[in-house]
Amino acid sequence: MKKLIEGFGRSAIGTVRYAGGVSVLFFETLFWVAMPPFRPGQIYDQMVKIGVDSLPIATLTAFFIGVVIALQSAYQMIKVSAEMYIPSLVSISMTREIAPILTALVVAGRVGASIAAELGSMKVTEQIDALETLATPPIKYLVAPRFLALFTMLPLLTVYADLIGIIGGYTVSVYKLGLTHSMYIKMTFQPLVLKDIFTGLFKSLIFAVIICIVSCYEGMKVEGGAEGVGLATTRAVVISSMLIITSDALCTVIFYFVG
Amino acid sequence: MIEATNVVKAFNNRLVLNRLSLKIEKGETLVIIGRSGCGKSVFLKHLIGLVKPDQGEIIIDGINVAALTFKQMSNLRMRFGMLFQAAALFDSMTVGENVGFNLIEHTNLSSQAIRQRVEESLELVGLRGIQDLKPAELSGGMKKRVALARAICMKPEILLYDEPTTGLDPIMADAINDLIVQLHDKLKVTSVVVTHDMVSAYKIGTRIAMMYQGHIVEIGTPEQIKNTSNPVVRQFITGSAVGPITDINFKSLEQVEGDRK
Ligand SMILES: Nc1ncnc2c1ncn2[C@@H]1O[C@H](COP(=O)(O)OP(=O)(O)O)[C@@H](O)[C@H]1O
Ligand SMILES: [Mg+2]
Repeated sequence: MKKLIEGFGRSAIGTVRYAGGVSVLFFETLFWVAMPPFRPGQIYDQMVKIGVDSLPIATLTAFFIGVVIALQSAYQMIKVSAEMYIPSLVSISMTREIAPILTALVVAGRVGASIAAELGSMKVTEQIDALETLATPPIKYLVAPRFLALFTMLPLLTVYADLIGIIGGYTVSVYKLGLTHSMYIKMTFQPLVLKDIFTGLFKSLIFAVIICIVSCYEGMKVEGGAEGVGLATTRAVVISSMLIITSDALCTVIFYFVG
Repeated sequence: MIEATNVVKAFNNRLVLNRLSLKIEKGETLVIIGRSGCGKSVFLKHLIGLVKPDQGEIIIDGINVAALTFKQMSNLRMRFGMLFQAAALFDSMTVGENVGFNLIEHTNLSSQAIRQRVEESLELVGLRGIQDLKPAELSGGMKKRVALARAICMKPEILLYDEPTTGLDPIMADAINDLIVQLHDKLKVTSVVVTHDMVSAYKIGTRIAMMYQGHIVEIGTPEQIKNTSNPVVRQFITGSAVGPITDINFKSLEQVEGDRK
């Protein structure tokens, strides 16, 4: 029993310390993002790496999820002859919920892992120490460009996923369920208000912060060689995915009661 | 002048530096010798503020390194050049970008001028025409020399070398020794060299300090060290497997620490 309480206490302390470390990194990053010199070249490189290179996988997942939502809802809707509401269902669930979270999870897996692995191996080969001795703060040089790139690219990817998901739903509805083109378009955009899109975008900004800060934090505190890098990579993906899902639930609850 | 007083540093409750005190005079080349894992690299990192002491202080020209603001620390670091044990080249950049990192980041020189300066630094360490290669394409010895070129590119006042000759062939090692001596003679840089290569230590050192059990057990000119009566130092410099360092009856650092408590 004593052991149990001790273990519980220790993991509670660990969690608080982790949250503290991550928050410190977050505020330091905000500080360095605002400090000149700005590095457009580096930010652009990261945008390509994080945003453009994620397009294929984002396309694939968003399209098939659009298809699945349409098919799944058709299964029920046809019974009550309410197929015409399928487009609305697809567009609203995509923009408010599915596109932001799915894109964030995909990016956490792809980009979060690569950030943690890259910074982690820089840490174990003392490249991060070397940056410091060259009077260049690692947070400014390594974290800030990644932060800006994720912060801009994840919302853009999310909007893109909204669109692709709707196209997925369209494909099923028009070619399989027999809705007309104009009907689908009308029922997609009629119930959709700007607020739905903004809700999704707001969440994706939070997810971007989570992915960047958790992955950079994991990478920069790696110890113990290649094994440490592997561990950090896994932790970066697992912890950011968990935080994404929890904060998504939190946001959804808040928006439900506020808006 | 660099002055370390009673520096104590522990990692995960394991004592690495134990009340280490050491004075390094301006313009000298101080060689620190000691076994692998005794904390030489950790000590070097204290000098440039990468690691903060748990107790004690490091004073450089009257400035306490642990108490600097970010800006002061940057200014101080611009006076340093550091060669890391494993080179620590940025592997996402070319050799040229590595060597010229400080010039690119902290000066307004044209890329033409930077290329020129980088080539000069590379020539000093016996390399040329490799600016556009990536570190992954270099051999271990070349990496080390590129890292040395990066350390001297800004013409620093203080150079910290972490095992500059380890992993080099004897001829290249001697060339690096010559370079260190040259930098000392011509540019009057203050150098701190960590090594366990005794040939190199005798050749470049104006003084040699032996680190053991977390502090400096003996310090003196190469002559004094050669003729020391301290059995620990004797065993190290003669490279003998038998002696107080390897004697299991001799107190280990943990035991010394236990006695102190
Ligand atoms: N950042 C660190 N965290 C934990 N232990 C460390 C760290 N840096 C060094 N150590 C430990 O300190 C000891 C001295 O290391 P080091 O200074 O690298 O030895 P050397 O004299 O060979 O250069 C080693 O046992 C090493 O494991
Ligand atoms: Mg070392």
